[in-house]
Amino acid sequence: MSEQSLAIRKFSDLANPTRFLALSGAVWPWMAAATALFFAVGLYLCFATVGDYQQGETVRIMYVHVPAAWLSMMCYSVMALSALGTLVWRHPLADVSAKTAAPIGACFTFIALVTGSLWGKPMWGTWWVWDARLTSVFVLFLMYLGLIALNRAVDDPARAAKVGAILILVGFVNIPIIKFSVDWWNTLHQPASVIRLDGPAIDPEFLRPLLVMAIAFTLLFFTLHIVAMRNEILRRRVSTLRRLAARSAGRGTSGPVPAGVGEGHP
Amino acid sequence: MTHLAYVAAAYAAAFLTVAGLVLWVWLDGRARRRELAILEAAGIRRRSAGEAK
Amino acid sequence: MTALLFRDLKLAVRAGGGAMIGVLFFMTVVAVIPFGVGPDLNLLARIGPAILWIGALLAALLGLDRLFQAEREDGSLDLLLMQETPLVLTVLVKCLAHWLATGLPLVLASPLLSLFMNMDAAAIGATMLTLLVGTPAITFIGAAGAAIAVALPRGGLLVSILVLPLAIPVLIFGVSAVYAAVQEPAPFLPPFLFLTALTLVFAVIGPVAAAAALRASTD
Repeated sequence: MSEQSLAIRKFSDLANPTRFLALSGAVWPWMAAATALFFAVGLYLCFATVGDYQQGETVRIMYVHVPAAWLSMMCYSVMALSALGTLVWRHPLADVSAKTAAPIGACFTFIALVTGSLWGKPMWGTWWVWDARLTSVFVLFLMYLGLIALNRAVDDPARAAKVGAILILVGFVNIPIIKFSVDWWNTLHQPASVIRLDGPAIDPEFLRPLLVMAIAFTLLFFTLHIVAMRNEILRRRVSTLRRLAARSAGRGTSGPVPAGVGEGHP
Repeated sequence: MTHLAYVAAAYAAAFLTVAGLVLWVWLDGRARRRELAILEAAGIRRRSAGEAK
Repeated sequence: MTALLFRDLKLAVRAGGGAMIGVLFFMTVVAVIPFGVGPDLNLLARIGPAILWIGALLAALLGLDRLFQAEREDGSLDLLLMQETPLVLTVLVKCLAHWLATGLPLVLASPLLSLFMNMDAAAIGATMLTLLVGTPAITFIGAAGAAIAVALPRGGLLVSILVLPLAIPVLIFGVSAVYAAVQEPAPFLPPFLFLTALTLVFAVIGPVAAAAALRASTD
């Protein structure tokens, strides 16, 4: 394999980790800058707009809560796509993508849950309501944590990728079922009569900061995801090199290996 | 009826989580690069620079 | 395939098999609940179906990690992978055997435990019927988790963590069907049919995912 150019021509060219590293290394600082810009504008808009007459200042929580909730779902979709990439196309970067997306998605789901709870306390008078939407987000959070636990439990990355991909897809098929059944359960148990932001048409006054914050959060996700993928590639490279070092040390061909390097992969 | 404390708490929680995430990713990357550098210094290199893993 | 079914059944019923443990666990969980919520018979009658369903769910999950683990240990899993019948079918048969050995006893034990819970005849019948239809769904979706756990050194607890969120719909429709049967205005049939549909859907997803996971964990 000669490395005359590192340009990405096809999507499959991304499969080469070295090329991916080169491309992402060029792209991610720009994305980080765009993220910072959008956050600056978004946060300014968040606090510059007037509060809602009904919800008061608490409407500002929505500007964080809604984008985080939206990302918690988008992140799972990204993971499902990566899982398909692992199982169907055997794309070598797909499992890296799926594995690194899980903690990020869990963090955004966590933000959505915490801010939702903080919004619910003054608005509904309680920290937590077994409302259909909250409950399904909570189930999603549990699924993220399960996936992270699975990734940590399997030490062989290739096997963890395949097994994790299957679980992601099973979960992805299940999400609509869970959502539907939770809706059913909710209407059965308590007629929801809570004030919702989406009830009446949203005023453009609130929509503008919401939109900017949504873009900012999405950019943040992709920036973090790309950088985390770079880290994961480097981590695998380190473990390969360590294995290599251990093997050559075993054969005694490359002379003494410094302490702390030749102890094999962790 | 302003509930400023709740708003502040929500933003603080979101900021702390994101900051933790960014910090973790950054420190992780730095540690991995340092490990690679140590390995390179020890003379252990990939068989070719452009080789796919 | 029938040979595999009977072999698995015999292994489960034999001493050291998991069949009786599941029922015992079920009974213990249900027996412990009144100590937590108090011996008020009206309250117990009201939450009885839910307790029975949660107990059955936990008991069904209990034996699941052994579904493929024993085969893995004595090497017969490789034989199952290599034989000519499709792996999906093999997994389906193993699920059936597992359900007959652990799920069916739960269903049969449920009327007895319902009496402890002071439930009336309609509720007992409905609970038994929904458990009969619903527990296979737990076994099927659990098979996927069990196949994933084969790759792990200590899979037992992780299986429950992974499978429980996926089993929530089964629990919801099972319990709501029982309540619909007892409380007059709500119709019994819609949630019950949804439960049936869930079982059928999981009967497809579970074995397919389990077969894929088994292949992934061995090569």
